[in-house]
Amino acid sequence: MRSSRTTALAMAGVLSLGLLAACSTDDEPSGDESAADGKVTITVAGLQPGAEETAVDALNERVEQFEAKYPDIDIETQEYNWLASTFAADLAGGTLPDVFEVPATDTKVLIQNGQIADIDEQVKQLSYAEDFNPEVLAAGLSDDGKVYAVPAKSIYAVALHYNRKLFTDAGLDPDKPPTTWDEVRSAAKTIHDATGVPGYAMMALDNAGGWQLTAAAYSRGGRTQVVDGDTYEATLTDPAVKESLQFLGDLKKDGSLLENTQLGWGDVNAGFAAGQFAMYTSGSDIYTALVQNNGVTAENLDYGLTALPNEGDDSGTLGGGTYAAVAPQATDEEKDAAVKWIDFWYLSKLVDQDQAVADAKILAEQTPPQAVGTPTLPIFSKEQYETSLGWIQDYVNVPLDHMAGYTDVMFEQPVIPEAARATQETYGLLFPIVQAVMTDPGVDLDALLAEANTQSQALIDQAG
Amino acid sequence: MTSHALVDRPSRRRTPVSWVRGGGLTTLVFALPMLVIFGVFSWAPIVKAVVMSFQKTNLIVTEWVGLENFQRVFADPVLPMAVRNTAYFALLALIFGYPVPLIAAVLMSEVRRAKGLYSALAYLPVVVPPVVAVLLWKFFYDPRPEGVFNTIIGYVGIPPQPWLQSATSAMPSLVLEATWAAAGGTVIIYLAALTAVPTELYDAAEVDGASVWGKVWHVTMPQLRGVLLITFILQIIGTAQVFLEPYLFTGGGPANATVSVLLLVYRYAFQNSLGGNYGMATALSLMLAAFLAVMSLVYFRLTRSWSTS
Repeated sequence: MRSSRTTALAMAGVLSLGLLAACSTDDEPSGDESAADGKVTITVAGLQPGAEETAVDALNERVEQFEAKYPDIDIETQEYNWLASTFAADLAGGTLPDVFEVPATDTKVLIQNGQIADIDEQVKQLSYAEDFNPEVLAAGLSDDGKVYAVPAKSIYAVALHYNRKLFTDAGLDPDKPPTTWDEVRSAAKTIHDATGVPGYAMMALDNAGGWQLTAAAYSRGGRTQVVDGDTYEATLTDPAVKESLQFLGDLKKDGSLLENTQLGWGDVNAGFAAGQFAMYTSGSDIYTALVQNNGVTAENLDYGLTALPNEGDDSGTLGGGTYAAVAPQATDEEKDAAVKWIDFWYLSKLVDQDQAVADAKILAEQTPPQAVGTPTLPIFSKEQYETSLGWIQDYVNVPLDHMAGYTDVMFEQPVIPEAARATQETYGLLFPIVQAVMTDPGVDLDALLAEANTQSQALIDQAG
Repeated sequence: MTSHALVDRPSRRRTPVSWVRGGGLTTLVFALPMLVIFGVFSWAPIVKAVVMSFQKTNLIVTEWVGLENFQRVFADPVLPMAVRNTAYFALLALIFGYPVPLIAAVLMSEVRRAKGLYSALAYLPVVVPPVVAVLLWKFFYDPRPEGVFNTIIGYVGIPPQPWLQSATSAMPSLVLEATWAAAGGTVIIYLAALTAVPTELYDAAEVDGASVWGKVWHVTMPQLRGVLLITFILQIIGTAQVFLEPYLFTGGGPANATVSVLLLVYRYAFQNSLGGNYGMATALSLMLAAFLAVMSLVYFRLTRSWSTS
């Protein structure tokens, strides 16, 4: 009796100690455990969850090539999807991979907050360190000019994507895509009237809605924020913002707008890939994602890409990009390894013929093949971009002749970066207005925009 | 002698040895696992939330800001919308969601055959994982004329409805799904309570010539009073914290028409990749918790007199 009671007591005690221990255990940084055998293990951002099998195979092949080249480095890929809603928690919780991707809008604040690592020393050792397009690299630099993030993956301008088959079915010439917003509207109506398929879709879920509205306003010569020296002024009451919203209301009245205010970046891609509507705006490099995540091939989607209309003085195309950064707790060895991976996976294919061919070959030889040659804006110079395309021209498998509407003007159209202060917060103020006009074209836009403008200004002042 | 013993005993009991002998240690050790689990997973986060509501933090850099978070929450123009929407949701859920399970339970208790089948059917939606249910209903709510619900109402000549795509119909659509999803659980509670109603009361009522309605009103309802009071307050607390439906169905849209208080908390904390405003999020959470606590207290005070226990 006595002994069984002691045993029970001991068990209860051990259980609670175990619980305490479980709660207080911190993961040791991976660098320490790998130091024993002289190997460095880093985790890197891989593909998006749900990527096609062949895209995963292509990534794995590149990882093997990397590990063969650098036997002291082990690469572990981690599915990665940058989402505003999870990024901050992942960052604070230390659950991001060692190498991760962030949009250009976020780099400056991350640098100021010390939330990404200083990789200046490692990046400066790259043979092409001086060749970056300075305007593009700028977003990754700290105030004292040190490199914290490098442009990677892609730099894009927002463009108009369209379904050529639906254009043909409606009697429109798919080789002459619309070049003004009026033509976009009439094409959308023609397509809807002829085929019953909505002509146009708009991302309106969460911040993506504000992002695309801003792109539409830029293309009409508007801005959502004006910088004068050290003063940042919210300008959501710019007439071009209202015009862009009215455009959506007009489409709604025409009956040619897809009735869905809950489309985010991935949803709208999926809908387009499935032929649910004819046109939408998003980054010019979306074709890669359509192939990677939505199984698009030349056979199942007749894809067309053209530039956004440019109307009015000061009009331009909203540009943005994805930057690669390294987790702040990384050791020097991990930083070295991380920058080697950034070089290998993102950048070397743009500056080194062997790497370019190796990367393109793997992508092109998958069944079905992954996209090679999707137009992006140059991370280095225009000449370098064209040279690198020349190296891989045998592997290019994207329908370049159906992208001429964009590629013909991509170097001439003015590309304007996203607003500098409270960018995502301002997108957060705009998307409900996008949803409002998409569901009720008669809504009082002036009042909504005036209120959002006041709030945006307050957020800008707080950020400063 | 007796008085001496009474004075003496407490002082002897207070020594640590007698406390251990009396089983105090055993009690504590057995309670420890539970205390640790509750402490770490329930109480610590609550304390942390209170602390955070007076701070500005991105979880790395933290500063104290006093009541600023509360002031900023009150200044947010979306807050009145969120409160209004939540109240609207609670009201609609009360009108549709509160009587439906009661009626269903009373009807089911009257059924003589295949009772189990009806309980299973009523409870089935509760078994479906909520996210799956919402995604399924999202599909039903397709605003195109060929959408599931639009096809069904088309048979009786009603034109296609925008469902989730209109500020006016979005909230009732959410309530419809929420009622469907939650009714089963409440039906089971009512069914259990109904079996506890003594059958003699019905017999007596029948002898007195009561109709079916009379039996329900004069026997069933008074007997269920205690359960009805509890499910009422649980429903109010549940609907005041509505999050899943607006988050998954509409993301709070269109045009903030379905933003609930809890969704606003979520937006403060997680909408922006950099500006995660955990201070404002915890401040609003605390205000909601305080409101519900006060309301529950008032409710129990007011209804104490007609509670059965």
